[in-house]
Amino acid sequence: MEPASLHVDDIIDDSSISIIVCTGAGGVGKTTTAAALALRAAERGRNVCVLTIDPARRLAQAMGLTELDNTPREVVVENGSGSLHAMMLDMKRTFDEVVEAHADPDRAAQILENPFYQALSSSFAGTQEYMAMEKLGQLHAQEDAPWDLIIVDTPPSRSALDFLDAPARLGSFLDGRFIRILTAPARGAGRGLGRLAAAGFGIFTGVLGKILGAQVLADVGTFVAAIDTTFGGFRERADKTFALLQEDNTRFLVIAAPEPDAMREASYFVDRLRSENMPLGGLIVNRVQSVDRELMSAETAAAAAQRLATGTDPEPLTARLLRLHADRLRIRERQHHVTESFTGAHPGVPIAQVPALAEDVHDLDGLEQVGELLALGRPV
Amino acid sequence: MTEALWPGVALHVVSGKGGTGKTTVAAALAMALARDGGRTLLMEVEGRQGIAQVFDVPPLPYEERQVAVAPGGGEVWALAVDPEDALLDYLEIFYNLRRAGSALRRMGAVDFATTIAPGLRDVLLTGKACEVVRRAEKQEPNAYDAVVLDAPPTGRIARFLNVNSEVSGLAKVGPIRNHADLVMSVIASPRTAVHLVTLLEEMPIQETIDGVEELREANLPVGGVIVNMTRPPLLTHDEMNMATTASLPVKQIEEALVKAGLTSEVPAITQTLIREGLDHSQRVQLEERELERLNELDLPVLQLPYLTGGIDLSSLYELAGALSEQGAR
Repeated sequence: MEPASLHVDDIIDDSSISIIVCTGAGGVGKTTTAAALALRAAERGRNVCVLTIDPARRLAQAMGLTELDNTPREVVVENGSGSLHAMMLDMKRTFDEVVEAHADPDRAAQILENPFYQALSSSFAGTQEYMAMEKLGQLHAQEDAPWDLIIVDTPPSRSALDFLDAPARLGSFLDGRFIRILTAPARGAGRGLGRLAAAGFGIFTGVLGKILGAQVLADVGTFVAAIDTTFGGFRERADKTFALLQEDNTRFLVIAAPEPDAMREASYFVDRLRSENMPLGGLIVNRVQSVDRELMSAETAAAAAQRLATGTDPEPLTARLLRLHADRLRIRERQHHVTESFTGAHPGVPIAQVPALAEDVHDLDGLEQVGELLALGRPV
Repeated sequence: MTEALWPGVALHVVSGKGGTGKTTVAAALAMALARDGGRTLLMEVEGRQGIAQVFDVPPLPYEERQVAVAPGGGEVWALAVDPEDALLDYLEIFYNLRRAGSALRRMGAVDFATTIAPGLRDVLLTGKACEVVRRAEKQEPNAYDAVVLDAPPTGRIARFLNVNSEVSGLAKVGPIRNHADLVMSVIASPRTAVHLVTLLEEMPIQETIDGVEELREANLPVGGVIVNMTRPPLLTHDEMNMATTASLPVKQIEEALVKAGLTSEVPAITQTLIREGLDHSQRVQLEERELERLNELDLPVLQLPYLTGGIDLSSLYELAGALSEQGAR
């Protein structure tokens, strides 16, 4: 079955759309896609802010993202009437800013110096996702912002679902039972937990103290106590941005490559978006093997190559070119199967296919070109 | 066959950027190392069940299971390590606390502990790999000739392996510190080799170069770079030069096509072949440039072919064979 075509221009031209989230497995070209879409939207008259997470050095340079100050910088767009801002997420800085904005200076300093906070803000699995959500919320809420469309690239997690799950995980961890008990030892460890659990808790602190050192537990305790009184509910903040992503003016674009792993990941994500009532724009398949025109089958090409390679009067050059053609047809066929099985499972999801590029994108011209291929939505 | 690249290495750590096929390569390496009667263990630590997918078997429990037979006889075993189970193992071995451990797990405390201290999680995971490696020197019956660890991606690998600095903030003295020291005595030794999987593309190559630098700075032993999904050049050097300078002989190709029996749309086919020849030549030239950058690292560089049919057990044999031929021993 032929899938419906995804027309990205319809999405970026729709002025009611204010958030586009690009998501997918690692290594499928999320960041480049997000940047190319942002540039294209700007050229088509939107005022865009693109939030990238971990751009390749040269892509960052192409977008003028050389200053790491955690705020959007204007990128000069030569064509069209719109504007483009771009920024690269600095997760520690974003976390620090949340703390500074919500705590008085003394308390903020106390939190920022806390060893546990330092570990949490720079290496906690999930902090990057949480802060990407946080930043997205901030950019969206910013008054007098010069943008009306935010395009966000998601962190390179092992699973695309982490972007949706990690914030809630971090939120519930910080609001959770153990951390609360830990911060209120004076109330009697585990009161209300029941006698058995209280006994378990004794073992728990004992073991934890033993393997982590009592200092770590103390640091966690001070951190949570400090953070708790200044701004309530990490979870609440995460929930708010989560709700934003369920609104009508958000669109998710799931990015994949025509390989089984990346497609499986895309498939999970599409299912998940549906169950969370999050609006899916469609699937973008990058790195598709392009074949000019349907001129012959792979078998015909291979057989012709064989004849020319071995005949009495061999034509090695043409034989090799035909073999190359046969190869490309076979790869495309395999990719086609992968995409087809996705469509079989998700018949309603529109798809855009983007051909594999010979080189990485280094400048705005390159991004513009990717944007055109995205809009075309099928391999040339 | 070429000389063995990694004699004396008992722990092979395989890392790589997302999308480079690191799990597939790790599986092929485990198979190559088990050939002709060996016994290897393939471990994964990211809770992804990637090994089960590669070998097309049901999800793996926290238990060593044989998943394949190696070429020439030999056993490939697999283990999916879960940090919670590794912590319980650890508590049992060092504190004899198995029962308390299960209670803690039911309360969610184990998850909590590994969450507040990500360094603890890593030391438990690498610790499990080292425990298996050390079985060989203790001559235990369940020992392996080699352990292959499907490790976190390049961006995190140095931190993941450098458990000493990870736990230094946690514990200056005490059991976890000793445990970390024990782990480091295996990982930062000639018994370990860290391999990075990459594609011949700009971004993964850059990440590989950065990764090697980071590993070397941390004094972690780098084994080699494995270039995955390479497509051999299908044209000769001269032909590629002609393709990129738009001087492929149009007439000659057209005549050859007719000779091969392709008589309809000959000009269109010729144009397609020429365009594809150009595309291919540009790609090959880019790959050559990237390969040169890799060679500057002064490390063994192994290459694995792109398999048009996708990955199944027979293609794993093929990749394992290619690794063995290039000295993966």
